Amino acid sequence: MSVPLVACHECDLLQREVPLPEGGVARCGRCGAELYRDRPASLDRTLALAAGALLLFAIANSFPILGLALQGQVIHTTLYGAVHRLWDEDMKSVATLVFATTIAVPAIELSALAYLLLPVRLGRLPPHFTHVFRVLQAVRPWGMVEVFMLGVLVSLVKLAHLAGVVPGIALWSFAALMLLMAALTAVFDPRALWKAAGALARPAAPA
Amino acid sequence: MSRAVTAAELGLLRCHVCSQLSRAAASQREPRCPRCGAGLHLRKPSSVSRSWALLVAAMILYVPANTLPMMRTSSLFGSQSDTILSGVVYFWTSGSWYLALIIFFASIMVPMLKMIALVLLLVTVQRRSRWQVAQRARLYRLVELVGRWSMLDIYVVAVIVALVQLKALATITPGAGAIAFGSVVVLTMFAAMTFDPRLIWDASEDDNG
Repeated sequence: MSVPLVACHECDLLQREVPLPEGGVARCGRCGAELYRDRPASLDRTLALAAGALLLFAIANSFPILGLALQGQVIHTTLYGAVHRLWDEDMKSVATLVFATTIAVPAIELSALAYLLLPVRLGRLPPHFTHVFRVLQAVRPWGMVEVFMLGVLVSLVKLAHLAGVVPGIALWSFAALMLLMAALTAVFDPRALWKAAGALARPAAPA
Repeated sequence: MSRAVTAAELGLLRCHVCSQLSRAAASQREPRCPRCGAGLHLRKPSSVSRSWALLVAAMILYVPANTLPMMRTSSLFGSQSDTILSGVVYFWTSGSWYLALIIFFASIMVPMLKMIALVLLLVTVQRRSRWQVAQRARLYRLVELVGRWSMLDIYVVAVIVALVQLKALATITPGAGAIAFGSVVVLTMFAAMTFDPRLIWDASEDDNG
Protein backbone atom coordinates (compact mmCIF):
# COMPACT_ATOMS: atom_id res chain seq x y z
CA MET A 1 0.00 0.00 0.00
CA SER A 2 1.41 3.37 -0.98
CA VAL A 3 -0.29 5.65 1.55
CA PRO A 4 -0.08 4.63 5.20
CA LEU A 5 -3.62 4.32 6.49
CA VAL A 6 -5.17 3.90 9.92
CA ALA A 7 -8.67 2.75 10.78
CA CYS A 8 -10.35 4.18 13.87
CA HIS A 9 -10.82 1.46 16.50
CA GLU A 10 -14.17 2.91 17.52
CA CYS A 11 -15.87 3.78 14.23
CA ASP A 12 -13.70 2.08 11.57
CA LEU A 13 -13.22 5.31 9.58
CA LEU A 14 -10.24 5.03 7.27
CA GLN A 15 -7.82 7.90 7.54
CA ARG A 16 -4.39 8.86 6.30
CA GLU A 17 -1.64 8.39 8.84
CA VAL A 18 0.18 11.69 9.27
CA PRO A 19 3.39 12.37 11.19
CA LEU A 20 2.79 14.22 14.45
CA PRO A 21 4.61 17.09 16.10
CA GLU A 22 6.24 16.28 19.43
CA GLY A 23 3.62 15.28 21.98
CA GLY A 24 0.85 15.61 19.39
CA VAL A 25 -2.32 13.51 19.32
CA ALA A 26 -4.11 12.21 16.23
CA ARG A 27 -7.86 11.99 16.74
CA CYS A 28 -10.48 10.40 14.55
CA GLY A 29 -12.10 13.02 12.31
CA ARG A 30 -15.52 11.49 12.81
CA CYS A 31 -15.87 10.19 16.36
CA GLY A 32 -12.98 11.92 18.12
CA ALA A 33 -11.38 8.74 19.49
CA GLU A 34 -7.63 8.86 19.92
CA LEU A 35 -5.99 7.18 16.93
CA TYR A 36 -2.38 7.49 18.01
CA ARG A 37 -0.15 9.80 19.95
CA ASP A 38 3.43 10.91 19.72
CA ARG A 39 5.13 9.52 22.80
CA PRO A 40 8.76 10.62 22.89
CA ALA A 41 11.34 7.98 23.86
CA SER A 42 8.47 5.60 24.52
CA LEU A 43 10.46 2.38 24.67
CA ASP A 44 13.11 3.74 27.06
CA ARG A 45 10.58 5.38 29.37
CA THR A 46 8.32 2.33 29.41
CA LEU A 47 11.25 0.10 30.24
CA ALA A 48 12.41 2.38 33.07
CA LEU A 49 8.93 2.59 34.56
CA ALA A 50 8.36 -1.16 34.21
CA ALA A 51 11.62 -1.88 36.06
CA GLY A 52 10.64 0.49 38.87
CA ALA A 53 7.12 -0.91 39.01
CA LEU A 54 8.39 -4.52 39.23
CA LEU A 55 10.52 -3.57 42.21
CA LEU A 56 7.62 -1.81 43.94
CA PHE A 57 5.34 -4.72 43.10
CA ALA A 58 7.69 -7.11 44.89
CA ILE A 59 7.80 -4.88 47.98
CA ALA A 60 4.03 -4.29 47.92
CA ASN A 61 3.41 -8.02 47.99
CA SER A 62 5.95 -8.99 50.64
CA PHE A 63 4.98 -6.53 53.40
CA PRO A 64 1.75 -5.93 55.29
CA ILE A 65 -0.66 -3.36 53.87
CA LEU A 66 -2.49 -2.56 57.06
CA GLY A 67 -2.32 -3.53 60.70
CA LEU A 68 -5.01 -3.31 63.33
CA ALA A 69 -3.92 -2.50 66.89
CA LEU A 70 -6.28 -3.59 69.63
CA GLN A 71 -5.49 -4.32 73.29
CA GLY A 72 -1.75 -4.37 72.78
CA GLN A 73 -2.01 -6.81 69.94
CA VAL A 74 -1.42 -5.95 66.28
CA ILE A 75 -2.89 -7.97 63.42
CA HIS A 76 -1.30 -7.46 60.02
CA THR A 77 -2.35 -8.52 56.60
CA THR A 78 -0.57 -8.67 53.29
CA LEU A 79 -2.51 -8.60 50.04
CA TYR A 80 -1.94 -12.32 49.58
CA GLY A 81 -3.04 -12.85 53.19
CA ALA A 82 -6.36 -11.18 52.38
CA VAL A 83 -6.82 -13.40 49.32
CA HIS A 84 -5.99 -16.47 51.40
CA ARG A 85 -8.48 -15.50 54.08
CA LEU A 86 -11.27 -15.08 51.51
CA TRP A 87 -10.41 -18.50 50.11
CA ASP A 88 -10.64 -20.03 53.61
CA GLU A 89 -13.99 -18.34 54.16
CA ASP A 90 -15.29 -20.35 51.18
CA MET A 91 -15.36 -17.27 48.96
CA LYS A 92 -13.24 -18.93 46.32
CA SER A 93 -14.64 -16.94 43.39
CA VAL A 94 -14.13 -13.60 45.14
CA ALA A 95 -10.64 -14.67 46.26
CA THR A 96 -9.79 -15.58 42.66
CA LEU A 97 -11.12 -12.25 41.42
CA VAL A 98 -9.04 -10.26 43.92
CA PHE A 99 -5.97 -12.38 43.20
CA ALA A 100 -6.34 -11.99 39.44
CA THR A 101 -6.95 -8.24 39.37
CA THR A 102 -4.39 -7.13 41.96
CA ILE A 103 -1.62 -9.76 41.83
CA ALA A 104 -1.70 -11.91 38.72
CA VAL A 105 -2.57 -9.31 36.08
CA PRO A 106 -0.11 -6.61 37.22
CA ALA A 107 2.60 -9.30 37.47
CA ILE A 108 1.87 -10.57 33.96
CA GLU A 109 1.60 -7.05 32.57
CA LEU A 110 4.91 -5.87 34.03
CA SER A 111 6.89 -8.99 33.17
CA ALA A 112 5.45 -9.05 29.64
CA LEU A 113 6.50 -5.43 29.11
CA ALA A 114 10.01 -6.17 30.37
CA TYR A 115 10.19 -9.35 28.27
CA LEU A 116 9.15 -7.55 25.08
CA LEU A 117 11.01 -4.27 25.51
CA LEU A 118 14.39 -5.20 26.95
CA PRO A 119 15.55 -7.51 24.12
CA VAL A 120 14.09 -5.19 21.46
CA ARG A 121 15.96 -2.28 23.00
CA LEU A 122 19.14 -4.37 22.87
CA GLY A 123 18.52 -5.19 19.22
CA ARG A 124 17.11 -8.71 19.50
CA LEU A 125 13.63 -10.01 18.87
CA PRO A 126 12.56 -12.19 21.84
CA PRO A 127 11.03 -15.61 21.05
CA HIS A 128 7.19 -15.68 20.93
CA PHE A 129 7.10 -11.90 20.62
CA THR A 130 3.64 -11.85 19.05
CA HIS A 131 2.13 -14.29 21.56
CA VAL A 132 3.43 -12.33 24.54
CA PHE A 133 2.14 -9.10 23.01
CA ARG A 134 -1.31 -10.63 22.58
CA VAL A 135 -1.33 -11.82 26.19
CA LEU A 136 -0.31 -8.33 27.31
CA GLN A 137 -3.16 -6.67 25.41
CA ALA A 138 -5.66 -9.26 26.66
CA VAL A 139 -4.88 -8.86 30.37
CA ARG A 140 -4.40 -5.08 30.52
CA PRO A 141 -8.06 -4.10 31.15
CA TRP A 142 -8.14 -6.39 34.20
CA GLY A 143 -5.34 -4.82 36.21
CA MET A 144 -6.96 -2.75 38.96
CA VAL A 145 -4.20 -1.56 41.25
CA GLU A 146 -5.67 1.96 41.46
CA VAL A 147 -9.12 0.69 42.41
CA PHE A 148 -7.57 -1.58 45.04
CA MET A 149 -5.70 1.41 46.47
CA LEU A 150 -8.96 3.31 46.91
CA GLY A 151 -10.48 0.20 48.50
CA VAL A 152 -7.65 0.06 51.04
CA LEU A 153 -8.20 3.74 51.91
CA VAL A 154 -11.93 3.19 52.40
CA SER A 155 -11.21 0.18 54.65
CA LEU A 156 -8.70 2.27 56.57
CA VAL A 157 -11.34 4.87 57.42
CA LYS A 158 -13.91 2.20 58.21
CA LEU A 159 -11.56 0.35 60.58
CA ALA A 160 -10.35 3.54 62.25
CA HIS A 161 -13.73 3.60 64.02
CA LEU A 162 -13.01 0.20 65.57
CA ALA A 163 -9.37 0.26 66.53
CA GLY A 164 -6.00 1.84 65.82
CA VAL A 165 -4.99 1.35 62.20
CA VAL A 166 -1.30 0.95 61.41
CA PRO A 167 -0.41 1.66 57.78
CA GLY A 168 2.16 -0.86 56.51
CA ILE A 169 5.08 -0.53 54.10
CA ALA A 170 3.02 -2.13 51.34
CA LEU A 171 0.46 0.67 51.58
CA TRP A 172 3.04 3.21 50.44
CA SER A 173 4.46 0.81 47.88
CA PHE A 174 1.00 0.27 46.43
CA ALA A 175 0.42 4.02 46.22
CA ALA A 176 3.71 4.46 44.35
CA LEU A 177 2.98 1.41 42.18
CA MET A 178 -0.37 2.92 41.25
CA LEU A 179 1.35 6.10 40.03
CA LEU A 180 3.93 4.15 38.02
CA MET A 181 1.24 1.98 36.43
CA ALA A 182 -0.68 5.11 35.40
CA ALA A 183 2.53 6.60 33.98
CA LEU A 184 3.17 3.33 32.11
CA THR A 185 -0.20 3.57 30.37
CA ALA A 186 0.65 7.12 29.37
CA VAL A 187 4.11 6.42 27.93
CA PHE A 188 3.78 2.93 26.41
CA ASP A 189 3.35 3.17 22.66
CA PRO A 190 2.57 -0.19 21.00
CA ARG A 191 3.12 1.41 17.59
CA ALA A 192 6.70 2.27 18.45
CA LEU A 193 7.25 -1.28 19.73
CA TRP A 194 5.89 -2.84 16.53
CA LYS A 195 7.99 -0.50 14.46
CA ALA A 196 11.14 -1.44 16.35
CA ALA A 197 10.25 -5.14 16.24
CA GLY A 198 9.45 -4.93 12.53
CA ALA A 199 12.84 -3.37 11.83
CA LEU A 200 14.51 -6.23 13.72
CA ALA A 201 12.55 -8.92 11.89
CA ARG A 202 13.47 -7.57 8.45
CA PRO A 203 16.84 -5.85 8.89
CA ALA A 204 17.59 -5.68 5.16
CA ALA A 205 14.31 -4.24 3.88
CA PRO A 206 13.77 -0.59 4.81
CA ALA A 207 10.09 0.13 5.52
CA MET B 1 -14.53 16.95 2.46
CA SER B 2 -14.83 13.59 0.79
CA ARG B 3 -17.33 10.97 1.80
CA ALA B 4 -16.44 8.91 4.87
CA VAL B 5 -15.01 5.54 3.93
CA THR B 6 -14.58 2.81 6.50
CA ALA B 7 -11.97 0.12 6.44
CA ALA B 8 -14.72 -2.49 6.22
CA GLU B 9 -16.12 -0.97 3.01
CA LEU B 10 -12.76 -1.45 1.34
CA GLY B 11 -12.47 -4.98 2.69
CA LEU B 12 -9.71 -4.00 5.08
CA LEU B 13 -9.58 -5.68 8.46
CA ARG B 14 -8.18 -3.88 11.47
CA CYS B 15 -6.40 -6.10 13.98
CA HIS B 16 -7.87 -5.52 17.45
CA VAL B 17 -4.57 -6.45 19.08
CA CYS B 18 -1.91 -4.57 17.11
CA SER B 19 -4.00 -2.17 14.92
CA GLN B 20 -2.47 -3.45 11.71
CA LEU B 21 -4.70 -3.11 8.63
CA SER B 22 -4.75 -6.00 6.23
CA ARG B 23 -6.76 -7.47 3.41
CA ALA B 24 -8.09 -10.99 3.82
CA ALA B 25 -7.53 -13.39 0.96
CA ALA B 26 -10.82 -14.76 -0.40
CA SER B 27 -9.64 -18.31 0.21
CA GLN B 28 -9.05 -17.77 3.92
CA ARG B 29 -11.92 -18.89 6.07
CA GLU B 30 -10.52 -17.55 9.33
CA PRO B 31 -8.19 -14.70 8.47
CA ARG B 32 -5.34 -13.94 10.85
CA CYS B 33 -3.36 -10.76 11.31
CA PRO B 34 -0.18 -10.97 9.21
CA ARG B 35 1.76 -9.10 11.90
CA CYS B 36 0.67 -10.56 15.24
CA GLY B 37 -1.38 -13.61 14.30
CA ALA B 38 -4.59 -12.62 16.13
CA GLY B 39 -7.89 -13.67 14.54
CA LEU B 40 -9.40 -10.96 12.36
CA HIS B 41 -13.05 -9.94 12.00
CA LEU B 42 -14.71 -7.08 10.17
CA ARG B 43 -16.85 -6.67 13.28
CA LYS B 44 -16.69 -8.61 16.54
CA PRO B 45 -18.58 -11.89 15.88
CA SER B 46 -22.22 -11.91 17.08
CA SER B 47 -21.34 -8.96 19.23
CA VAL B 48 -24.92 -7.89 19.95
CA SER B 49 -26.29 -11.24 21.09
CA ARG B 50 -23.22 -12.07 23.19
CA SER B 51 -23.33 -8.67 24.80
CA TRP B 52 -27.06 -9.07 25.55
CA ALA B 53 -26.47 -12.48 27.15
CA LEU B 54 -23.77 -11.14 29.47
CA LEU B 55 -25.82 -8.06 30.26
CA VAL B 56 -28.98 -9.99 31.16
CA ALA B 57 -26.94 -12.25 33.45
CA ALA B 58 -25.48 -9.16 35.13
CA MET B 59 -28.94 -7.62 35.59
CA ILE B 60 -30.24 -10.75 37.26
CA LEU B 61 -27.28 -10.87 39.64
CA TYR B 62 -27.62 -7.17 40.43
CA VAL B 63 -30.62 -8.05 42.62
CA PRO B 64 -28.83 -10.45 45.03
CA ALA B 65 -25.77 -8.19 44.88
CA ASN B 66 -27.80 -5.44 46.50
CA THR B 67 -30.05 -7.44 48.79
CA LEU B 68 -27.71 -10.12 50.18
CA PRO B 69 -25.16 -9.06 52.81
CA MET B 70 -21.61 -8.21 51.73
CA MET B 71 -20.26 -8.67 55.25
CA ARG B 72 -21.44 -10.25 58.48
CA THR B 73 -20.15 -8.96 61.81
CA SER B 74 -20.52 -11.23 64.81
CA SER B 75 -19.47 -10.19 68.28
CA LEU B 76 -20.39 -10.78 71.90
CA PHE B 77 -23.29 -8.43 71.45
CA GLY B 78 -24.90 -10.27 68.57
CA SER B 79 -24.47 -10.27 64.85
CA GLN B 80 -25.13 -7.78 62.12
CA SER B 81 -25.32 -8.00 58.34
CA ASP B 82 -24.25 -5.26 56.00
CA THR B 83 -25.45 -4.83 52.45
CA ILE B 84 -23.90 -2.29 50.09
CA LEU B 85 -26.62 0.23 50.84
CA SER B 86 -26.39 -0.15 54.61
CA GLY B 87 -22.65 0.43 54.28
CA VAL B 88 -23.36 3.70 52.52
CA VAL B 89 -25.87 4.67 55.21
CA TYR B 90 -23.33 3.78 57.91
CA PHE B 91 -20.71 6.12 56.46
CA TRP B 92 -23.28 8.85 55.92
CA THR B 93 -24.56 8.80 59.51
CA SER B 94 -21.09 8.43 61.03
CA GLY B 95 -20.01 11.68 59.39
CA SER B 96 -17.79 10.33 56.59
CA TRP B 97 -20.15 11.68 53.93
CA TYR B 98 -17.40 11.81 51.28
CA LEU B 99 -16.81 8.05 51.66
CA ALA B 100 -20.56 7.47 51.54
CA LEU B 101 -20.63 9.33 48.23
CA ILE B 102 -17.63 7.41 46.80
CA ILE B 103 -19.16 4.03 47.67
CA PHE B 104 -22.61 5.11 46.52
CA PHE B 105 -21.21 6.12 43.13
CA ALA B 106 -18.80 3.21 42.66
CA SER B 107 -21.06 0.42 43.91
CA ILE B 108 -24.61 1.50 43.18
CA MET B 109 -24.68 4.23 40.53
CA VAL B 110 -21.87 3.01 38.25
CA PRO B 111 -23.15 -0.58 37.77
CA MET B 112 -26.73 0.63 37.31
CA LEU B 113 -25.88 3.42 34.85
CA LYS B 114 -23.54 1.08 33.03
CA MET B 115 -26.28 -1.48 32.52
CA ILE B 116 -28.77 1.20 31.41
CA ALA B 117 -26.19 2.61 28.98
CA LEU B 118 -25.48 -0.83 27.50
CA VAL B 119 -29.21 -1.51 27.06
CA LEU B 120 -29.55 1.83 25.26
CA LEU B 121 -26.56 1.10 23.02
CA LEU B 122 -27.70 -2.43 22.19
CA VAL B 123 -31.30 -1.42 21.45
CA THR B 124 -30.30 1.51 19.22
CA VAL B 125 -27.77 -0.63 17.35
CA GLN B 126 -30.34 -3.35 16.77
CA ARG B 127 -32.83 -0.81 15.43
CA ARG B 128 -30.07 0.63 13.25
CA SER B 129 -30.84 4.00 14.75
CA ARG B 130 -29.16 7.16 13.50
CA TRP B 131 -30.07 9.10 16.63
CA GLN B 132 -27.25 10.96 18.42
CA VAL B 133 -24.49 8.83 16.93
CA ALA B 134 -21.57 10.87 18.27
CA GLN B 135 -23.12 11.09 21.74
CA ARG B 136 -23.66 7.34 21.86
CA ALA B 137 -20.04 6.78 20.87
CA ARG B 138 -19.03 9.02 23.75
CA LEU B 139 -21.31 7.10 26.09
CA TYR B 140 -19.61 3.84 25.15
CA ARG B 141 -16.20 5.35 25.85
CA LEU B 142 -17.42 6.44 29.29
CA VAL B 143 -18.84 2.98 30.06
CA GLU B 144 -15.49 1.36 29.29
CA LEU B 145 -13.65 3.89 31.42
CA VAL B 146 -15.63 3.83 34.67
CA GLY B 147 -16.73 0.18 34.88
CA ARG B 148 -13.64 -1.03 36.73
CA TRP B 149 -14.22 1.30 39.69
CA SER B 150 -17.13 -0.85 40.86
CA MET B 151 -14.62 -3.39 42.13
CA LEU B 152 -14.03 -1.03 45.05
CA ASP B 153 -16.41 -2.77 47.44
CA ILE B 154 -14.90 -6.18 46.76
CA TYR B 155 -11.49 -4.89 47.86
CA VAL B 156 -12.98 -3.26 50.96
CA VAL B 157 -14.53 -6.60 51.96
CA ALA B 158 -11.24 -8.42 51.31
CA VAL B 159 -9.17 -6.07 53.48
CA ILE B 160 -11.65 -5.79 56.34
CA VAL B 161 -12.32 -9.52 56.54
CA ALA B 162 -8.59 -10.21 56.66
CA LEU B 163 -8.01 -7.78 59.51
CA VAL B 164 -11.00 -8.17 61.78
CA GLN B 165 -10.61 -11.68 63.11
CA LEU B 166 -10.35 -11.16 66.85
CA LYS B 167 -12.07 -14.39 67.68
CA ALA B 168 -12.86 -13.32 71.25
CA LEU B 169 -14.34 -9.93 70.43
CA ALA B 170 -15.63 -9.83 66.91
CA THR B 171 -15.24 -11.50 63.54
CA ILE B 172 -16.27 -10.25 60.15
CA THR B 173 -17.02 -12.80 57.46
CA PRO B 174 -17.82 -12.13 53.82
CA GLY B 175 -21.42 -12.60 52.71
CA ALA B 176 -22.93 -14.10 49.57
CA GLY B 177 -23.61 -10.59 48.28
CA ALA B 178 -19.90 -10.26 47.55
CA ILE B 179 -20.02 -13.18 45.09
CA ALA B 180 -23.03 -11.73 43.28
CA PHE B 181 -21.54 -8.25 43.25
CA GLY B 182 -18.18 -9.43 41.90
CA SER B 183 -20.01 -11.33 39.18
CA VAL B 184 -21.97 -8.20 38.20
CA VAL B 185 -18.75 -6.22 37.78
CA VAL B 186 -17.04 -8.94 35.74
CA LEU B 187 -20.10 -9.63 33.57
CA THR B 188 -20.71 -5.96 32.76
CA MET B 189 -17.02 -5.53 31.89
CA PHE B 190 -17.25 -8.49 29.52
CA ALA B 191 -20.53 -7.16 28.08
CA ALA B 192 -18.89 -3.81 27.32
CA MET B 193 -15.83 -5.50 25.79
CA THR B 194 -17.99 -7.72 23.59
CA PHE B 195 -19.98 -4.79 22.26
CA ASP B 196 -18.53 -3.44 19.04
CA PRO B 197 -18.71 0.40 18.98
CA ARG B 198 -18.27 0.38 15.21
CA LEU B 199 -21.84 -0.90 14.97
CA ILE B 200 -23.03 2.49 16.25
CA TRP B 201 -21.58 4.11 13.14
CA ASP B 202 -22.47 1.39 10.64
CA ALA B 203 -26.14 2.47 10.51
CA SER B 204 -25.23 6.01 9.53
CA GLU B 205 -23.42 4.72 6.45
CA ASP B 206 -26.43 2.95 5.00
CA ASP B 207 -27.82 6.01 3.29
CA ASN B 208 -24.74 7.84 2.08
CA GLY B 209 -23.29 4.94 0.13
